Amino acid sequence: MPMIYVDGQEIEVVQGENILEACLNAGLDLPYFCWHPAMGSIGSCRQCAVIQYQNEEDTSGRIVMGCMTPVSEGARFSLKAEKATEFREAVVESLMLNHPHDCPVCAEGGECHLQDMTVMVGHRDRRYTGKKNTYRNQYLGPLIHHEMNRCIACYRCERYYRDYAGGKDLGAQASHDHLYFGRHEEGVLESEFSGNLVEVCPTGVFTDKPFLKQYSRKWDLQSAPSICQGCAVGCNIAPGERYGKVKRVHNRYNNEVNGYFICDRGRFGSGYLNSDLRLDYAGIKNPDGSFFAVHQQQALDTAAGWMVGKKVAAIGSPRASIEANYLLRELVGAKNFAAGFSDQEADLMGSIANILQATKAINPSIKQIESADAVLILGEDVTNTAPRVALALRQSVRNKAFELAEQMGLPSWQDAAVRNLAQDQRSPMTIVSAMDTRLDDVASTCVSLAPDDIAAFGYAVAAALAGESTDNAQADATAQMLKAAKNPLIVSGSSMAHQGVINSAVAVADALDKATSMLSFCIPECNSLGLALMVADGSGSSLSGLAKRASKLDALIILENDVYRRGDKSQIDQLLASGTKVITLDMVENSTLDQSDLVMAAASYAESQGTLVSSEGRAQRFYPVHSPAAERLPSWQWLLRLASVTGHKKLSNLQNFDQIVAACAVSNPLFAGLVDVAPLNSFRDRGSKIPRQTHRYSGRTAMNSGVSVHEPQQPKDHESPLSYSMEGLNRDQPSSLMPFVWSPGWNSNQSLQKFQSEVDGPLKGGPSGVRLISSSLQGADISRQIDKVTLKAHQWHLVPMQQIHGSDELSAHTDEIAELAGRGFIAIGQKVAEKLAVTEGDGLLVKQGEIECSLEVRILSRVAKNCIGYSVGYLETQGLTAGSLVTLEADKSWQRSGPEMIASDKAAFEQVISDGGASNV
Amino acid sequence: MLSELRTMWEVLKHTFTKAETVQYPEEMPYLAPRYRGRIVLTRDPDGEERCVACNLCAAVCPVDCIALQKDTREDGTWYPEFFRINFSRCIMCGMCEEACPTYAIQLTPDFEMCEYDRQNMVYEKEHLLIDGVGKYPDYNFYRVSGMKTATKDKGEALNEARPIDTKSLLP
Repeated sequence: MPMIYVDGQEIEVVQGENILEACLNAGLDLPYFCWHPAMGSIGSCRQCAVIQYQNEEDTSGRIVMGCMTPVSEGARFSLKAEKATEFREAVVESLMLNHPHDCPVCAEGGECHLQDMTVMVGHRDRRYTGKKNTYRNQYLGPLIHHEMNRCIACYRCERYYRDYAGGKDLGAQASHDHLYFGRHEEGVLESEFSGNLVEVCPTGVFTDKPFLKQYSRKWDLQSAPSICQGCAVGCNIAPGERYGKVKRVHNRYNNEVNGYFICDRGRFGSGYLNSDLRLDYAGIKNPDGSFFAVHQQQALDTAAGWMVGKKVAAIGSPRASIEANYLLRELVGAKNFAAGFSDQEADLMGSIANILQATKAINPSIKQIESADAVLILGEDVTNTAPRVALALRQSVRNKAFELAEQMGLPSWQDAAVRNLAQDQRSPMTIVSAMDTRLDDVASTCVSLAPDDIAAFGYAVAAALAGESTDNAQADATAQMLKAAKNPLIVSGSSMAHQGVINSAVAVADALDKATSMLSFCIPECNSLGLALMVADGSGSSLSGLAKRASKLDALIILENDVYRRGDKSQIDQLLASGTKVITLDMVENSTLDQSDLVMAAASYAESQGTLVSSEGRAQRFYPVHSPAAERLPSWQWLLRLASVTGHKKLSNLQNFDQIVAACAVSNPLFAGLVDVAPLNSFRDRGSKIPRQTHRYSGRTAMNSGVSVHEPQQPKDHESPLSYSMEGLNRDQPSSLMPFVWSPGWNSNQSLQKFQSEVDGPLKGGPSGVRLISSSLQGADISRQIDKVTLKAHQWHLVPMQQIHGSDELSAHTDEIAELAGRGFIAIGQKVAEKLAVTEGDGLLVKQGEIECSLEVRILSRVAKNCIGYSVGYLETQGLTAGSLVTLEADKSWQRSGPEMIASDKAAFEQVISDGGASNV
Repeated sequence: MLSELRTMWEVLKHTFTKAETVQYPEEMPYLAPRYRGRIVLTRDPDGEERCVACNLCAAVCPVDCIALQKDTREDGTWYPEFFRINFSRCIMCGMCEEACPTYAIQLTPDFEMCEYDRQNMVYEKEHLLIDGVGKYPDYNFYRVSGMKTATKDKGEALNEARPIDTKSLLP
């Protein structure tokens, strides 16, 4: 590896990296703004200036930009030379000319990269006496707050939003010192990844709007390492709490999973944690249907009375931890345990769990997905079903550009040059779906087919790969594309609720038969795969199975699951019928709770710990951010206590979380890796637990003094190696225990580079999470049977459309997400709309057997023949089932909703009203 | 020898000086306006709360006796939803006053804070907020800050130019 000299110090560097990266890797503090490890260099802010000397005799040198200068053997640089430090200070001084006097009322204050860099270069006194430029702000939707005065024109927002995340509605406008970053007009940001602007912006132009409403400084937030519960991707997050409320969610770096970015559901979808719908106390149902609150012990005793010596069954949950599901399964016995999937989902998840262990392809991490150079997507709108994977797929199509750059000898971090070189050339991506997907703009080929035909297309590609002749030119071309690729990737999933689609994806992956080929499935919930692996032996029951046995059951325990979302109403009503005592553990009010006889208030993911298995098969631990409020208890603790009061032999021996994990790991060979997911409770870093609070956590002697001046002891965490305290070190510990990033002089999230072993590399604490399953590479044994359905006249094939905002059960309780989700809808093509004489926003009556729904019409640009889409998981579409055949007719009584009014319109509208009506306009 | 004599002389000399002890509380000592006693929250010259809930006082407080929560007015300006000082912990060091960017928090020459019940030493915003500007009569943070407020549009703050028209082609 080459050596360079920085201020006389010899530094070993990596060939091909730039001086800025080399300096950061060596632990030197070199200020920067526009450079970002995921987005490379463009040299626009001029902040990372250093002096480069020609040789040993050269004493004057010249100023170069660190981020634009590649390292070379023996090169000599200086960070400390007066010319360089003066230059860097001058840059900050000029950036500060127009910077408003906003820090006290800016949500970035205290974690602001501009503040850090200003202090780092030593700029203090303002010399400029002229006037400051000002800008008007824009309304950018319920998630992002805009304050354009604070901009330093580093271009990071535009480069992230347009170049990295593929957004189209935010960019640079005007020129010279009139530069403006915003939309062409006010309105909601379209990208599903807009929240990352908050972390990408080095100052306070884009800030987190929901967080702003209940703002606390970074130093006041108590944080813990956590895992996003929004979908199955398993992004690492760090929620921050103060005064008993989870105030915000930040990205937590994991270089194999989410890297620097998460999606908006993950960042903003935790608002339900502070919702009024949360349960605080256990309750027993009164005869009139209301509940009266009881103490924990009373609830346990009541439950025990209903359970001991009786026939008890239980329903688990794909959104509850492995540990809670394990305890419940042991408590009632495997035979009486239903996983809590819908019947359809249970089959799909079961087959995915088997396929992942048999296929000849790798189940890739997000990092590996980014390396794919040819992608085939079968039946998934990845942006809505596994959003973070879609962001990775957007990066994968850039591999063509990097390949071209390599041929030209261009380093990959030369961002503008690489993009200029590639122009519109991308790695190939074929999307086969029933309708529009949010990745269509980067796909080389989009094919619209009904679910059955998608499966047939997949089999045709597999046949073409096997050398058989097909009469499908598109399938042949796709096969050629995959064959020619170094790292081909096939993405499919369960969102179509179609077994054939999943099977055909495996058929393609196995037919490819390459050591580097990848197969990734988008699956619905945060622990769907973990639960599928748990019941993979087939010993359990199903929801319909339990419903049939309902009359013979004395009691039924339901763990964190609204079963009305899992099956049709009559079946669930039968299951929860009055003869059976229903005991439910959950955190938010729902229909299942209303039908229960006893409710136990479960702690949320921010108040409990557990392990989740992501779609990649990676088991990851989440930790409580704060101790449970009121009389909530983590589900695993409820179940452990229930086991103890009912005198369960096996479970009564378990005392703490680590023992449950150990027992669970022994119970199932697939879970053997669970014990290595995170350090044991006894882990100490230099003698202390890892602190959840920053070293500058404020108000400890005042925050509770309103209630009592006698300060209570800090809550104790007896189950994890983290403490509710500021004592201890947050440095170099195992990565799964990193609650926040901070380093001296680096208060913003840019301090992450001090935690990375190298720029953009893994954390110093090693990898986080354990891959539970790996493939035997034998090839999956699948049935290639497609049961083609025949449509009668005026019948349509119902295709589920997952929505990032709205389809998820819990995040939909967040106000901002609910606003973005809108009403449930039915999506049709232009031709069908003409035939039915409806336009966007009209109503359509959808009839599926007995069920009738009146839904809003959305018109899509491409829809497969005879297919219509519907928004899954919405209240309005409850009862509709994927794959069923429906009839449509225009709803004559439909009331169109008025035009959406955005904040600025509202202000203008009110102005008009107060001025004496619209005639004045 | 000489030093002992000198010492005795010095002591003897003090026999004739006036006593410094005052008959408190009948006689009040003089305390300069900058004396560091009971903390107050002041208002700006327009009569609005000066505190913008920036949390700097709480962060700098060495005994962590200040707790507050930010809230937002309709016009987007910040103010504390609650502001609590636990005077039973306060050491009157004045660092909060030094840290305050809006002159909101000020220490006053009132040191007479005695209670039989410690709980009474916990002051909420209604106890802290006074109807005056305190030691700094003229300062109003929002006239300097670049934020738009109910009474001030963009570009109307101190030393600000009119908002830029991004569609203009003029230099």
